[in-house]
Amino acid sequence: MKTFDYARADSVEAATRAGGRFIAGGTNLLDLMKLQVETPEKLVDISRLDLNTIEEREDGGLTIGALVPNSDLAADPRVIAKYEVLSRALLAGASGQLRNKATTGGNLLQRTRCYYFYDTAAGCNKRQPGSGCEAIGGFNRIHAILGTSDQCIATHPGDMPVAMRALDAVIVTQKADGDKRRVPIGDFYRLPGDTPHIENVLEAGELITHVELPAPTVGRHLYRKVRDRASYAFALFSVAAVVTVEDGIITAAALAFGGVAHLPWRNPAVEAALVGKAPSDETFNAAADALLDGATGFGTNDFKIPLARRTLIASLREVTQ
Amino acid sequence: MHFTINGQSHEAEVDVRTSLLDLCREHLGLTGSKKGCDHGQCGACTMLVDGRRINSCLTLAVMHQDDEIVTIEGLGTPENLHPLQSAFVRHDGYQCGYCTPGQICSAVGMLDEVKKGWPSHASADLTGASLDNAEISERMSGNICRCAAYPNIVDAIREVADASAKVDA
Amino acid sequence: MTLINKVLGREDTRSLTMNEAHPHSWLDAGTQGVIGKPLDRVEGPLKVSGQATYAAEYPVERLSYGVLVRAPFGSGKITDVVADAARSLPGVIDVITDYPSFIRNPQQGGEKKAPTQGVEKVDYHGEIVAIVVAETFEAARDAAAQVKVEYEPREGSYVFAAHRDQADRPPPDQIPPHMAKGDLDTAMADAAFSIDETYTTPSQNSAAMEPHASIAEWKDGALVLHGSYQMVASDQMQLAAALGVGKDKVRIISRYVGGGFGSKLGIAPESVAAAIAAKRLDRPVKVAMARQQVFDATVRRSNTEQRIRLAADAHGKLTGLGHETLASNLPGEDYFEPAGIGTQFAYAAENRLIDHKLVRLNWLLSGSMRAPGEAVGMLALEAAMDELAYKVGIDPIELRRRNEPAIDPTNDVPFSTRQLIPCLDKGADLFGWSDRKAEPAGDRRGEWLHGTGVAAAVRSNMLQKSSATVELTGEGRAIVSTDMTDIGTGTYTILAQIAAETLGLPLESVTVQLGDGAAPPSAGSGGSWGAGSSGSSVYLACEGLREKLAKAMGVEVEAMTLKDGRAIAENRAVDIAELAGDGMTVTGTIAPGKQEKLHRQASYGAHFAEVKVNVTTGEVRVERMLGVFSAGRILNEKTARSQCLGGMTFGIGAALTEELVHDPRNGKVVNRDLAEYHVPVNADIPQIEVAFLDERDIHANPIHAKGIGELGISGAGAAIANAIYHATGVRVRDYPITCDKLLAELPAV
Repeated sequence: MKTFDYARADSVEAATRAGGRFIAGGTNLLDLMKLQVETPEKLVDISRLDLNTIEEREDGGLTIGALVPNSDLAADPRVIAKYEVLSRALLAGASGQLRNKATTGGNLLQRTRCYYFYDTAAGCNKRQPGSGCEAIGGFNRIHAILGTSDQCIATHPGDMPVAMRALDAVIVTQKADGDKRRVPIGDFYRLPGDTPHIENVLEAGELITHVELPAPTVGRHLYRKVRDRASYAFALFSVAAVVTVEDGIITAAALAFGGVAHLPWRNPAVEAALVGKAPSDETFNAAADALLDGATGFGTNDFKIPLARRTLIASLREVTQ
Repeated sequence: MHFTINGQSHEAEVDVRTSLLDLCREHLGLTGSKKGCDHGQCGACTMLVDGRRINSCLTLAVMHQDDEIVTIEGLGTPENLHPLQSAFVRHDGYQCGYCTPGQICSAVGMLDEVKKGWPSHASADLTGASLDNAEISERMSGNICRCAAYPNIVDAIREVADASAKVDA
Repeated sequence: MTLINKVLGREDTRSLTMNEAHPHSWLDAGTQGVIGKPLDRVEGPLKVSGQATYAAEYPVERLSYGVLVRAPFGSGKITDVVADAARSLPGVIDVITDYPSFIRNPQQGGEKKAPTQGVEKVDYHGEIVAIVVAETFEAARDAAAQVKVEYEPREGSYVFAAHRDQADRPPPDQIPPHMAKGDLDTAMADAAFSIDETYTTPSQNSAAMEPHASIAEWKDGALVLHGSYQMVASDQMQLAAALGVGKDKVRIISRYVGGGFGSKLGIAPESVAAAIAAKRLDRPVKVAMARQQVFDATVRRSNTEQRIRLAADAHGKLTGLGHETLASNLPGEDYFEPAGIGTQFAYAAENRLIDHKLVRLNWLLSGSMRAPGEAVGMLALEAAMDELAYKVGIDPIELRRRNEPAIDPTNDVPFSTRQLIPCLDKGADLFGWSDRKAEPAGDRRGEWLHGTGVAAAVRSNMLQKSSATVELTGEGRAIVSTDMTDIGTGTYTILAQIAAETLGLPLESVTVQLGDGAAPPSAGSGGSWGAGSSGSSVYLACEGLREKLAKAMGVEVEAMTLKDGRAIAENRAVDIAELAGDGMTVTGTIAPGKQEKLHRQASYGAHFAEVKVNVTTGEVRVERMLGVFSAGRILNEKTARSQCLGGMTFGIGAALTEELVHDPRNGKVVNRDLAEYHVPVNADIPQIEVAFLDERDIHANPIHAKGIGELGISGAGAAIANAIYHATGVRVRDYPITCDKLLAELPAV
């Protein structure tokens, strides 16, 4: 860990103007700083800011403070009652200790678990632009099959953001000049392309202050995570689904996927293949076709293609029962 | 910098880079909390900060100057063990002992989470969890024990949880 | 007191070489009633309260912090270590390189000489080539990352499959790499049923929870090193040799070891680096390896490729048995993973072939990890036996019954004890095996396919020379001193139980002092020989003390009963404290003898597992597991059971999740942390059950106990693999059985 200046911010405004990297839970940032994958010159401690409440809005949605820990968010009765997919996703991630520290805002910004990103002896365009991608041609069991580029095949490792993507969450930020903006989660993340080191649309000094969940829908919720251990392991593949069936017809479907792309993946074609159709294996296969259209394996992660198909179909069966 | 650990006040001059774990182990002589991975991947460093269990390796000491910190040394002593500590001894909930302080601090925090009604990945119903073996195992999965005392850890925690449930009833 | 006794000539020794069977044991008298009992660990209160002190936790004046620097390439020659930037950082004391003295890799267990030294020529990615020392850990860690190691690359061998055809046969060690009897090829050709399959297992890491750590401190030309080591006596010799000092100049103290599993048998790079730096700087240096460095530069269990051939007659009786293993290691290292060791005596078969060869690779050292040999060998053999049972059409337990040898089929000597079949039978009864339907893939419940599997466990028993001193004080306390270690095995407790039982003392009247290299040299913790060897040395010392007590009382030793601190004979009862006078001391020494050649000594067991496999994803979950074991006298039923739980869990990890991945381009360990090297977590493990059979092995040692730390892993993973086959009808022969390997063979969704 390189040394850094440390400052504790006492307001959002002060934080955004402090000119440093924000630290709240620190569970991912410090992990990476110890390895010098991250080397910020200044840390701005935002952990004491008043951003740790969950409020109901008049439109029926929830506004979640960026500092609400994962544990508290998962256990919130309103989240459990109306956004079960989010609770389930949170509880499927990390460990009790990590969830107690990791925050809502920080978890959105969790960086990839790519082995080569973590090892400073390896070439990695995300860590050091222009140094190559050793995951391509290397061991890439945990890597992406969708939306990859020849510069980077890393995945976003999170669970919570996958559920939020299915829920159409909106990320609320504040910039150094005081401007606030509301970024739909679908517009928040970037594909790797030629700039895998740029992972989202945040500008320097821009702080996530809240996450808004739209008013809940009536559908059934499901979060299914496939992993190598029964607990405390990152997703090989995950699916977050909110699906409504009325009179034997799927009337609404929102599906997002983890472990397959540089960002929590969502593809309208998957939902289009479902909505208006009766739940059937034919329908589910069509949805899987839509999801995996253009999917590419890189050797050791080839299995993710059949794994995603099978898991999606089984998940759709369950959620439309 | 000033810290409150196990109810005692400590002054220490530490680097901004010093983790809460290294503060305790290297500066305050509190070596009960262990370093197994230094990256939040094993749970051996688990402490209670304001009553919540966290990985003390993944947080900076400088960020905890106002907090109430409890380490394994604050739970009990060899002569006066915490109920979970003595249950771990009775059930052989350890072997080499290196993950043990973290396991026990984690168990203290975990039982408090259960008391608050927090669900887990193992909860079929998120609104009302009962603490069966699968629940204990899932909730304790952030603490790796390579000696693999897991079944005994589950038994030890179950015994304390059941006794406490009886008292509450 | 020991010194006074020596001066006064009151110190005594008592030695036994196991040339003859030793049927008598004071432990059988059961007078004190502590041996075998499921007693709590004597050091338990210290461990659960954080008061047990591990290597890196000793307070030392003027301590400095060392962080190791790795070679960031797989093969080459270092041309420069550029450390100016590192040296200029605040708090940095020095950056030290010593190419000839730094060790290339750790030493194997029990060796007396230094491990391979010299790091200018680098042989594997992550090799430790320098140490940064600073006033604080934070400064040293930062500086270590700033050190640039420049090098000329050399061609390396990084892919096992690419070099498997150039394998060489290692020289004979304690274990012969090659053994043949009869004509296996003909047996295979003539067989009514045969199996000829290849099983592969990956590199694994012991991943003990405590990373390797040393505090090195020189005083008057002698080194005291607080380390995390399993075999203090030989580690001291290795370290002295590596540092070029006399062996009396190195003292290792290793009172608590946060897990070893073989990874701390021999000295590792941090000890030599810390000692060299401490000497140069004239300051104590502490080095705790980072978890990533433990993966990079300590020791792995070798990957293996194992060809198993089974030839059987129409009834399933084996006529031929072949077990040929390819393992890997660094150039110049002769250690080979002895995967065929259990196959020497597991089953009868007239025509036999066991062979081991090494593929030379630029991967980190391979060496001992829990049950070297059996741990992976039985993954192959016991899966093959299951395959054969299906081919013959008989129950897998019945197949093993039909192949039970009357004598050791390799050496043609009797077994000292052998209860494999009773273990299987008792397990079958406890597990409800008779309800099982043999047909695979016949039990689907929703998305889950359920199945059960069985496998045998065998583990060779070994005795090593071991000494311990027991002092009986004038206060009636016994103090046991030996450099033996407790790596979680229960040594503190079982040695106290042996002393208490033999001397008729309450357990609390016994103090056990371990892990100090100044104490009498022991067998150390390895190869499951610790309890039998060090336990026997304590027993012998106590037996010597019994004679002294009888003499002091003026009675025959056979006529004297010791209980609760009193000696009783001839209608008299005298306090042991009184008889001990100013104190009595005896050093006991056990040594292996002819008995290990005259009998095949081993522990046995049977594993039963129930798994469920998700038909959609291929995820496997273990629902139930039972192990039944026979391992001579069980010294403490609680700690012995825990050893078995641990071994069985290692087996589950080997079967399902553990794989150290080497990058094909430079051999480096790709998944070098605990997030991606998947040891089982609590949720992976059910409430495993363990049962023991009553047994005494009078050929093993005078306490009649055999090793148990490694028995639990032997065959455990095979029972899981066999259960997966039973659940799914899919046989995966490439461990670990991760979901991706099952996926293609599972039914369409």
